[in-house]
Amino acid sequence: MIMNKFTSIFYACFFTVFSLNCLAEGKILATPGVSQIEGSGGGGIVPWAQLAGYATEESISASAACSRVTVKDFSLDSCGVQANFYDRIELSYAKQTFEVNPLKLDLKQTIIGAKINLFGDLVYTSLPQISLGIQSKRLKTSDVAFALGAEKDSGTDVYIAASKLHLGFINGYNWLWNITARHTKANQIGLLGFGGANEKAKIQLEASTAILLDRHLAIGVEYRQKPDNLGLGENHWKDIFVAWFPNKHLSVTLAYVDLGSIAAIDKQTGWYLSTMWYL
Amino acid sequence: MKRKINNKIKADVEMGMRKVTQYLMLVILLGCAACASPESSKNNSSNASLYQKIGQKPAIDNIIDNLVNLIGQDNVVFSHFAQSNVTHFKEKLSIYLCNITDGPCKYNGDTMQDIHKGMHIDTNQFNHFVELFIAAMEASNISYPIQNQLLARLAPLRESIIKM
Repeated sequence: MIMNKFTSIFYACFFTVFSLNCLAEGKILATPGVSQIEGSGGGGIVPWAQLAGYATEESISASAACSRVTVKDFSLDSCGVQANFYDRIELSYAKQTFEVNPLKLDLKQTIIGAKINLFGDLVYTSLPQISLGIQSKRLKTSDVAFALGAEKDSGTDVYIAASKLHLGFINGYNWLWNITARHTKANQIGLLGFGGANEKAKIQLEASTAILLDRHLAIGVEYRQKPDNLGLGENHWKDIFVAWFPNKHLSVTLAYVDLGSIAAIDKQTGWYLSTMWYL
Repeated sequence: MKRKINNKIKADVEMGMRKVTQYLMLVILLGCAACASPESSKNNSSNASLYQKIGQKPAIDNIIDNLVNLIGQDNVVFSHFAQSNVTHFKEKLSIYLCNITDGPCKYNGDTMQDIHKGMHIDTNQFNHFVELFIAAMEASNISYPIQNQLLARLAPLRESIIKM
């Protein structure tokens, strides 16, 4: 139902973008970044202050992305759509399927996201771009989460993100950094429910940084703190990525990820591959 | 008890901050190491100005020629230039770029505010112009790091160009 609603918004954007503004191509290639696994504009695992897509103050853009993360005992498929209204408001919707190989079952989660650009421009202002966002998550298959001690099957993350691209900063190469502070109760981003007996710190810090090797290629690293509400030794996430932007309609991101321990099964390292399409 | 938890949160956040800082430092180091190709280190010999690194007046004029050609074929920004005197535009822009890249020129033309007053340039048009400028540099075979350094000097002009 909600998916249908979002699909129609997506199509509405599609036609609006094409009829009113031809194409929203008002940003320098690669600078909006990609879609993160929860559907928001950002890096691979961290939402950034940039809004998804190439829209400017005068245009609307729409985008979609699918990604797959495969680690030792788990894999996560995630697909999302984003609409960027006048580079001020981003709306997103994502569906995740988390395959738990040891139990031979799938956990499903949906995430509705919104992000507002409070002030600043990633490239052109001397201050960083600052955005405030939310991700409202609902876990559809909650048995495993409750069995592990989670308190709820839904939750809302609120985050504030600051991003800046410094032109020619490192020996002439563009340097991007992002820092995000997130208020969350999610266990493994919500795939194992929300809350738990071991609940402590609720503010988690996340950071990404990247260098553009040329107009089309970025390399970088990301780091995402996570709470250990379930007391299962949940680890912070890390990845090192390379993203390729052949043009303003496509990007492909490959990353090596270290997700640490998931549901007390440790050493979950593996690969992340994502493709994003921009209108 | 609550105090203890608060301290724990504080410690967690501090620890996180330290890790984040370490990460950022690592990337800066990686970046410096990865990007220091022999060619760029030659170009970056300590006292060469950006003007010299670009290739001085011939290269700047070449970029401007390419830019004018691109503007002529462009339907987003051409209307803003339709009334301009091309020769005057080329001359003044050449001096402006020479000046802003620490070359041996002194720009004494109109300010950016005055030039763009009443043109009501929006963000889309401005950003599109930046892309034309990048394409012009590309066509002049200006290396990517030098392109970025020039863009870094021009980016702060945005606030005196748009919505004037």
